[in-house]
Amino acid sequence: MPLIELSDVWKVYDLGEVQVEALRGVSVSIERGEYVALMGPSGSGKSTLMNTLGCLDRPSRGSYLLDGEEVCDMSLAARARLRNRRIGFVFQNFNLLARTSALENVELPLLYSRGVSARQRRRRAAEMLEKVGLGDRMDHHPGQLSGGQQQRVAIARALVNAPSILMADEPTGNLDSQTSREVIQILRELNTQAAITIILVTHDQAIGRHARRTLVLRDGTIVEDTADFARALAALHAEGDGDGEAHVVPPPHLPVGQVQQPR
Amino acid sequence: MHLLITLRIALRALRKNKLRATLTILGVVIGIAAVTAMVSIGQSASDLVQGQFEALGTNVIVIFSSGHRRGPVQQGQGAMPKLTASDSEAIATECPAVLAASPIVGFGGQVVYGNSNWRPREMVGVGIDYLTVRNWSLRHGGFFTDRDITSAAKVCVIGRTIVAKLFQTTNPLGETIRIRNIPFRIIGILETKGANLVGEDQDNVIMMPHTTVAKRLRHTSFEAVDVILVSARANDRMSEAENEIRQLLFERHNIPPGEPADFEVKNTTEIAKVLDIITGTMTLLLSSIAGISLVVGGVGIMNIMLVSVTERTREIGVRMAVGARGGDILRQFLIESVLLAMIGGLMGFALGVGLSVGLTAIINTFMNSVKWPTVISIPAAVLAIVFSSAVGIVFGFYPAWRASKLDPIEALRYE
Repeated sequence: MPLIELSDVWKVYDLGEVQVEALRGVSVSIERGEYVALMGPSGSGKSTLMNTLGCLDRPSRGSYLLDGEEVCDMSLAARARLRNRRIGFVFQNFNLLARTSALENVELPLLYSRGVSARQRRRRAAEMLEKVGLGDRMDHHPGQLSGGQQQRVAIARALVNAPSILMADEPTGNLDSQTSREVIQILRELNTQAAITIILVTHDQAIGRHARRTLVLRDGTIVEDTADFARALAALHAEGDGDGEAHVVPPPHLPVGQVQQPR
Repeated sequence: MHLLITLRIALRALRKNKLRATLTILGVVIGIAAVTAMVSIGQSASDLVQGQFEALGTNVIVIFSSGHRRGPVQQGQGAMPKLTASDSEAIATECPAVLAASPIVGFGGQVVYGNSNWRPREMVGVGIDYLTVRNWSLRHGGFFTDRDITSAAKVCVIGRTIVAKLFQTTNPLGETIRIRNIPFRIIGILETKGANLVGEDQDNVIMMPHTTVAKRLRHTSFEAVDVILVSARANDRMSEAENEIRQLLFERHNIPPGEPADFEVKNTTEIAKVLDIITGTMTLLLSSIAGISLVVGGVGIMNIMLVSVTERTREIGVRMAVGARGGDILRQFLIESVLLAMIGGLMGFALGVGLSVGLTAIINTFMNSVKWPTVISIPAAVLAIVFSSAVGIVFGFYPAWRASKLDPIEALRYE
């Protein structure tokens, strides 16, 4: 059984006068331990797909089986529990709690899981920080850490509850190339050594190249699903402008400027 | 999520914005302080009234002459005294529910002893049972006898204030004071009674046989009486006693049925009840006005919590992304606002207690004859805390609810 199985998933945003179809019949399955990059131009629906996979959002239509469980029918609380136990998030802008120590930031997901004592929480968070190489920065606040260090705290936070999936939304978007490489290195190690499934949204080819499988999205559908990065690049550029970042194409039935493109 | 952790998170959030938190709770502080002070002062007033009524005498019924006459001309209360000393005697002997009765004849004037003089607040002519009715006793000496009454003897009993004003060094018992140049022998000294309801010194009194006052000082008949003071045998026999008195006086004054009476019967419990209602109403009124400031304080909390929710939208998004449910977020913000309000409530209570202590101190300095009690009750403290928490819950709920209903995706994207 695949870890993730999407079949004919649609996401339609009702903006009153117009309806925006962010996902138009996406079907994909991802096995345990895969390392998947989601690529595509802005407005292609990759963030929507990411949010759907991360159980932050619910599809308008279709079916999403996570480990055999149907996510579409779940209540808000049930999805929150799923996010807490199964999924870790890493964001482009880190999203750490300000004026809160690294340790406490990492403890955060454990606060929302039942049956974890304060001592266990502390120990597990500390272990995680050691793993990402920040054992000596536990009491530092995000403001006292560099971008790379902050992202490592965020990774520790994502992993502290031992999830099976790590969702990374442009994790290197705010980092320089050196720290980007460090973060990518950590992700790769997590994938190869800890067998954590990694789903990565990026438009950076250098980052996407590390994934073992690439999904290319355009206009809310998957146009390429390949382990061959060259083919992915080709699909990405097929209609694009050559730098991997396609210009914004509004859905044909919408006048430009009226609709905010889902990122 | 554990309550303790939620509490810690809330405390930390408040600490991050100390000035804002302080200003926010100011409204609640003022509100609770005002309510506490008002309730406490109201309670003191009510206690004072109750205490005074107990001091006045037990189960006391007062009978006045009323202005009603048979005929077209209405006259003021007490204009034509028609109550007599024999009425008083009859009431005492013929009404089974009555314990004792005493006529009262009032008089005013200067008292002279040696080369000092003094104007007592009250100079009254009374019957032999007056002290029983008033629930009063003698400290030294004795009281008038029946013989003193019939002979209109020139004897008197004086209160502690008179002793203090006229007899600094000598023992007043057996001494002679002069009223209108008539010498009166002091035969007794009263126990200290303190101030009455309106703050008048009740020990500033000279009592004489009512006949003496009527005949020798007012030059009216022996029988003339201003008021009859009656004490019922028991508190639950008050109305019984009143009915008996009414019936008796109707007969004695030959008033046909249906005609208005030429006297009025009032009992002090009624007056006490009325005064209690007045003080209670005043307390309620003042407290409600004070309560309005509590509402204003609550609105302040709501306002700042809404700001806080908006400011922390991203934080809410992060918490939701890592598994916080709507309920967790709701609780977090609700506890924060309740904490704010409760801290405000405690501070307000302390301030309110300080205020009422200060106010009663001021009242006691300006009305030195009254000992206004300071009442600080545990229930009031509990009430203040419960009330302020309620304010926190009521006004914190909407912001917390809004926070809990945020869409995690939107919240994470919020700039």
